[in-house]
Amino acid sequence: MVRFENVGLRYGMGPEVLRDVTFGIPPHSFQFLTGPSGAGKTTLLRLLFLSLRPTRGLITIFGRDAAKLAADETAALRQRIGIVFQDFRLLDHLSTYENVALPLRVQGREEASYRAEVTELLHWVGLGERMHVLPPVLSGGEKQRAAIARALISRPEILLADEPTGNVDPSLARRLLRLFLELHKSGTSVLIATHDIGLMDQFDARRLVINQGRLTVYD
Amino acid sequence: MTGRLRAPAAAPEAERATRPGPSAPAAKSAAQRPIVPSTTVTTRALIAVIAIMTFLAGITIGAVSAVSNVAAEWTADIAREATIEIKPGDGLDLDAALAKAVELAKATPGIAEAKALDPAATARLLEPWLGAGLDLANLPVPRLVTVTLAASADAQTLPALREALTRQVPSASLDDHRLWAERLAATTRTAMTIGLAVLALVATATVLCVTVATRAAVEAARFVVEVLHFVGARDTFIVSEFQRHFLTVGLKGAAVGGGAAVALFFLGSTVPSWLRVDQQVDTFVGAMTIDARGYGGIVGVAVLVALVTTLTSRLTVYRTLRGIS
Repeated sequence: MVRFENVGLRYGMGPEVLRDVTFGIPPHSFQFLTGPSGAGKTTLLRLLFLSLRPTRGLITIFGRDAAKLAADETAALRQRIGIVFQDFRLLDHLSTYENVALPLRVQGREEASYRAEVTELLHWVGLGERMHVLPPVLSGGEKQRAAIARALISRPEILLADEPTGNVDPSLARRLLRLFLELHKSGTSVLIATHDIGLMDQFDARRLVINQGRLTVYD
Repeated sequence: MTGRLRAPAAAPEAERATRPGPSAPAAKSAAQRPIVPSTTVTTRALIAVIAIMTFLAGITIGAVSAVSNVAAEWTADIAREATIEIKPGDGLDLDAALAKAVELAKATPGIAEAKALDPAATARLLEPWLGAGLDLANLPVPRLVTVTLAASADAQTLPALREALTRQVPSASLDDHRLWAERLAATTRTAMTIGLAVLALVATATVLCVTVATRAAVEAARFVVEVLHFVGARDTFIVSEFQRHFLTVGLKGAAVGGGAAVALFFLGSTVPSWLRVDQQVDTFVGAMTIDARGYGGIVGVAVLVALVTTLTSRLTVYRTLRGIS
């Protein structure tokens, strides 16, 4: 699904923050991306999410060379990738329901065609009673689940999550992990960027460890 | 997808049950909120800026239009009138000469009216310089005949009258007010040039202010652009959402500012007649009267401002998207 070959990236004239990164994300896989703060986890996620272009190397996503994508093609591929941001990135003026429905709304779908789908997903993540609430009154855990629901609503083939348990207590972190595992069982490839060793120890999965811009894969 | 998913064993049901929140068994089909927030402080500030600048531009257009109308009216009034002056001379029967001049004027094709100023009217004209109680019989004061041209008058009317006067009343001279008309035309041209220059400056300032304010408003909503971009929205979708929002903002501001300018000129042209104010005040505010072209100009500038707002938002969102990518 995704293939990185000798990918390097530098910001401007600065040093390389990623060096010779080579790995792949197979279909129906589950992996953790870990490493110390500032090691390049978020940068790697941005490359995976097509919001950065590599300085060198080749990135292939769903069989397409990421360097040769037009803007509309990038948007179309991005609809096949769900991302959960560390800071949630919910729109404060839209309700939880509207935030979760946003990926479908931007595809031009009528609200009636996805209403049941969004409602079901909100119930599934435990936000059924909070769907008409605006994000500023949601708790951190609720925001996190709303962000996850938004990433899942368009049925992505890959789910990327940046420190999804960084703002929640251990109990909620376990529940969120179960949510990701359930998603993985349904066929979605999942990549969770985290430096939470405790979270990774709860599930035996492939680990991508990044340190000083270099990536090591532990299958 | 979610139909195939099993809710996690310890889904946050307990947390959910303890939290207050509206009862919502299913999302209702209520109208969805616009993706671009419509009631931010930045939006309200932008509407205010657009309204103020549209008002100023509208006032300037109206003022230029009013000056143009008044100047054209005055020029037409002067061009419709002429004066025959008869200088007293030795042995000249002034009253007979006046009567002859009036007769010649009335006989000339294109002349609507000719009227000799009687001694009392002539004395009133001289009163500011020579004082009241003037006896014209003792002074060699010229006498005047006012001539009003008919609508059918052409370029030959006054030369024909001048020729007739030269032949039959040699002591008479015809003043066609050309000097005044030329001076007034020059003054009008200067006023119009200054007005158009001010209008150009105000229009430029309006476009710049609206452009900068719109850019600032789009920048304030950059977060929305980013989120839409990251949830897979195509650039055209994002641009159209922002364009629609800023067209609405532009039309609101332009309607308020343009409407206020139109109302000002409308009230300025109608209130004096309602209040039956004296002639001097009426003359002063009468200068604020504009015609359909003036009102059209104000509406035009309002539409232009709304379009500038929309176009600026479009370009700024595209630039923001290029920055994100």
